[in-house]
Amino acid sequence: MSGSLGRAAAALLCWGHSAGGGLWGPGVRAASSGGSGSSEHLDMLVKKDRVVVFLKGTPEQPQCGFSNTVVQILRLHSIRDYAVYNVLDDPQLRQGIKAYSNWPTIPQVYLNSEFVGGCDILLQMHQNGDLVEELKKLGIRSTLLDEKKDQDSK
Amino acid sequence: MLSGQLVGSLFSMAGRVCVSRGSARSGAIGPVEAAIRTKLEQALNPEVLELRNESGGHAVPPGSETHFRVAVVSSRFEGLSPLQRHRLVHAALSDELAGPVHALAIQARTPAQWRENPQLDTSPPCLGGSKKIRGTP
Repeated sequence: MSGSLGRAAAALLCWGHSAGGGLWGPGVRAASSGGSGSSEHLDMLVKKDRVVVFLKGTPEQPQCGFSNTVVQILRLHSIRDYAVYNVLDDPQLRQGIKAYSNWPTIPQVYLNSEFVGGCDILLQMHQNGDLVEELKKLGIRSTLLDEKKDQDSK
Repeated sequence: MLSGQLVGSLFSMAGRVCVSRGSARSGAIGPVEAAIRTKLEQALNPEVLELRNESGGHAVPPGSETHFRVAVVSSRFEGLSPLQRHRLVHAALSDELAGPVHALAIQARTPAQWRENPQLDTSPPCLGGSKKIRGTP
């Protein structure tokens, strides 16, 4: 993809049924049909990417306030390359991920294949600085870390 | 932190919407709300238990008991991670969560944490869920 493409245009190309998010934005993965709620399939999904979220809706069009909060938090940290699965598209996935995570609600967040929690926990981690640290461990540098450093040095 | 303020503003806006909707419903406590309260009291022996039915702010019929926010303050949370604390709450409410309760926002605090900020937060505005029409005020 040429560097001359506007970021917005690149994001539009990636969102939807693209195979991967690439550098330009979170890729909404189309979970495969047949067994999309199985633990084998979900095991594969949560291991495939460092940051994986299960949402109602998409980052462009969240269908739930709590899912939107997760999207906004990731946006604040300038996390762009993450996998998103829209459970509203797939009832098997919706039920399967609740059983797999042993967690009754959506949204759900996985970092480095590990279940982190839902919206409340992600928000708490964002507010207390834990999220920046967890992302650092994954080799993802949050832009908020840079903001903090700027503030500290003043 | 500027970003915290940005996220905070999302919630304060939501708070105004949710509170105005909540006040429109009748003061009666429904059976689901009563069950949630009882089960959390039994399971966690909380010092403080604040429970709010937020269903009025979502795309569900009036009188629904589907969306709740709870603040549970209990010394049983000492030494537990947020994830472990939430799982305790879920375990106490497994029937409700398998049944009518569609969303549960949780603040799980130790007594010391609660004293620092004794406040039931507000939830973000509904964006319609699986309904085709977005929730409107």
